[in-house]
Amino acid sequence: MTPAPETNDPPTASGVLEPTGREGDIVLSVDHLVVEFRSGRQTVHAVSEVSFAVRTGETLGLVGESGCGKSTTGRALVQVQPPTSGHVTYKGQVLDSLSSRELRRVRTKIQMIFQDPISSLNPRRRVKDIVAEPLNIWGRGTKQERAAKVRDMLEAVGIDPEAAGDRRPQEFSGGQCQRISIARALMAEPDLLICDEPVSALDVSVQAQILNLLADLKERFGLTMVFIAHDLAVVKNVSDRVAVMYLGKLVEVAGSDDLYRSAAHPYTEALLASIPEPDPDQKANQKALTGELPSPLNPPSGCRFRTRCPYAQPLCAEQEPPLRDIAPGHQVACHFPLVPGPTTTDDSAGGSEPAPPVPTAAGV
Amino acid sequence: MIGRKGRRGGPGGKGGKGSLEFKDVGEPSEPLLVVEDLHTSFRTGRGTVRAVDGVSLSVSRGKTLGIVGESGSGKTVLSRSIMGLLPPRDVIRSGTVRFGGHDLTAMSPDELRKVWGAELSMIFQDPMTALNPVKRIGRQITESLRLHVDMDRKEADATAIELLRSVGIPSPEERIRWYPFQLSGGMRQRVMIAIALACAPRLVMADEPTTGLDVTVQAQILDLLADLQRERHMAVILVTHDLGVVANRADEIVVMYAGRVVERAPTRTLFHDTRMPYTQALMDSIPRLADPSGTRLHAIAGRPPDLVHPPTGCRFAPRCPYVQDKCRQSDPPLRTAGSPDHLFACWFPLVNGVSPVSAAGDGATAGTVANGTATGTGTGTGTATGPTAGVTAP
Repeated sequence: MTPAPETNDPPTASGVLEPTGREGDIVLSVDHLVVEFRSGRQTVHAVSEVSFAVRTGETLGLVGESGCGKSTTGRALVQVQPPTSGHVTYKGQVLDSLSSRELRRVRTKIQMIFQDPISSLNPRRRVKDIVAEPLNIWGRGTKQERAAKVRDMLEAVGIDPEAAGDRRPQEFSGGQCQRISIARALMAEPDLLICDEPVSALDVSVQAQILNLLADLKERFGLTMVFIAHDLAVVKNVSDRVAVMYLGKLVEVAGSDDLYRSAAHPYTEALLASIPEPDPDQKANQKALTGELPSPLNPPSGCRFRTRCPYAQPLCAEQEPPLRDIAPGHQVACHFPLVPGPTTTDDSAGGSEPAPPVPTAAGV
Repeated sequence: MIGRKGRRGGPGGKGGKGSLEFKDVGEPSEPLLVVEDLHTSFRTGRGTVRAVDGVSLSVSRGKTLGIVGESGSGKTVLSRSIMGLLPPRDVIRSGTVRFGGHDLTAMSPDELRKVWGAELSMIFQDPMTALNPVKRIGRQITESLRLHVDMDRKEADATAIELLRSVGIPSPEERIRWYPFQLSGGMRQRVMIAIALACAPRLVMADEPTTGLDVTVQAQILDLLADLQRERHMAVILVTHDLGVVANRADEIVVMYAGRVVERAPTRTLFHDTRMPYTQALMDSIPRLADPSGTRLHAIAGRPPDLVHPPTGCRFAPRCPYVQDKCRQSDPPLRTAGSPDHLFACWFPLVNGVSPVSAAGDGATAGTVANGTATGTGTGTGTATGPTAGVTAP
């Protein structure tokens, strides 16, 4: 999506469906991604039939609880975790068909940032060597050029290269280590940055610094981002579109403001309700989720959310709801999506099936 | 749920021998916990780290106090210092901690052991490291029951099952035989809460009890703690870095910065009449759902100061958007204005969320700004003299 947040267009979702209108816009696409792990004689269904696309310049948020498969999806995008089936396509190259040599080359363009900034940096190496590593591996530039680039990049992420370059990660706070990880990730000049819970180990004050930094760097280096986190407030802040995952499945995909205004899946509603708002007058929400994520060893039949869904119906146990369009750029996998306002009723032409928009909330 | 039957034990019981009577000791009007001028420093190779530097606070029975601050603000050291959980070596502690009429700082380790768990317990941030990985969770719950309350094994097991049920763990009869690794993070934190509540303490300290948990689980755990608190009329101290967590759960909030209390007020007052720029900055750094996506967050620039060499004057001055010369020169005392229960440490406190410094506008001369606010504060320290020369534009 083009960075044009100032235009106060009416909130039609058409901008979300075709963010720029250019062809060949999709930088990364995921088709029917399945990741399963063997656990003794059982199978962990970590990611089940997930498909989505990321467009050039946009930030796609991937949100869900621990164990929903969002990190596994992120790792499968760079083939750190080889998918059981399904494909990941980056700029026309199907990643699982590449040789390891070709894959290595492609991976310079897709970089990751991890949750725990301190353990993702080698404690025995100096900061400038850590950041220079990608250039050393690829033998890019002369020694002087590399050193200059390390300096520039450290400055770009807000670390003083003179004071910090010769120090080691343990001398830095979590927020600063995350800055160093970001600098390292950007050294190979990637197009796509996959951020796996980059701020969830940080204080709110530092979190704000890192989120602002990522926004700045995205603009400066023209990055496309996949932002994985469990906190919908954070994801909404950074993302153009948000994909909500539950137990290995996508349950809702929408523009981030749309998702907040008119969440259609009961799980999204519950996620929104559980965020603590810094407002003493707002009483704790009644719609917070009860229970825990079911075991991915043996996911529930039909809709996987039905065991915790306050609106579950018999149909939900029998049939799995497909991800379908309920508005332009807004997809949901629910037999009885929540109907917040007129946005969902005026255009449901995209759906392949006749959708029963039953407001079941009142009946249960 | 769990009665207080047999707690404190009989004269022959384990807990009874020489146990301290807490029941109605102390003035009934005195709060349950009164901390006065607590200082805690660590001797390190680099010098003395003054992690807690003159903190006073109090909590009444059945109330919730929120302690909020960034990493390194001293909030965790404060909570451990109150508990008396810090190692004796290289730690210097002064000040008093009165709990139920007793001074905890004057107690011997043996006496403290009788208080921990029974009267005053703690929920730690990371349940995986706080729980013993090689002991069944049932044993870990019954440990304190058998120590403090004269219960036989059977009775203790039954109580453990009841406790697990009360913290929302399904099929507790089976789960007491489980090990911590068999539980999810949220479930482990529930077990931690069950352990902390086993002996029906009067005060529970929860140090970042939900950091590291999902937001959905966080809401569940905090609701659970609030329910149990109401049921048992416990006092709770909730230590966190996130003002959102305590906004509608604490009765009173203490904001800490660099080892000191910088603002202390009843929750509603703190949010609606914020006086200290640091508190406001903490609030502003939280991403709000209602803001459109891509809204730039108000980050606080820089980091908390090094507590070996804290800056002179106000410790927040190097990061404060409204800093004046006076702030760099002299330390603002914790004082009140208006209501007596609202304390703050700032020379130029916010009025209705707006700093008098920024309200003076960009074109205002330094002299008018300094004079105008200095008379408003009305505290003459004599350190800040003359018009401030180098006012930085906000």
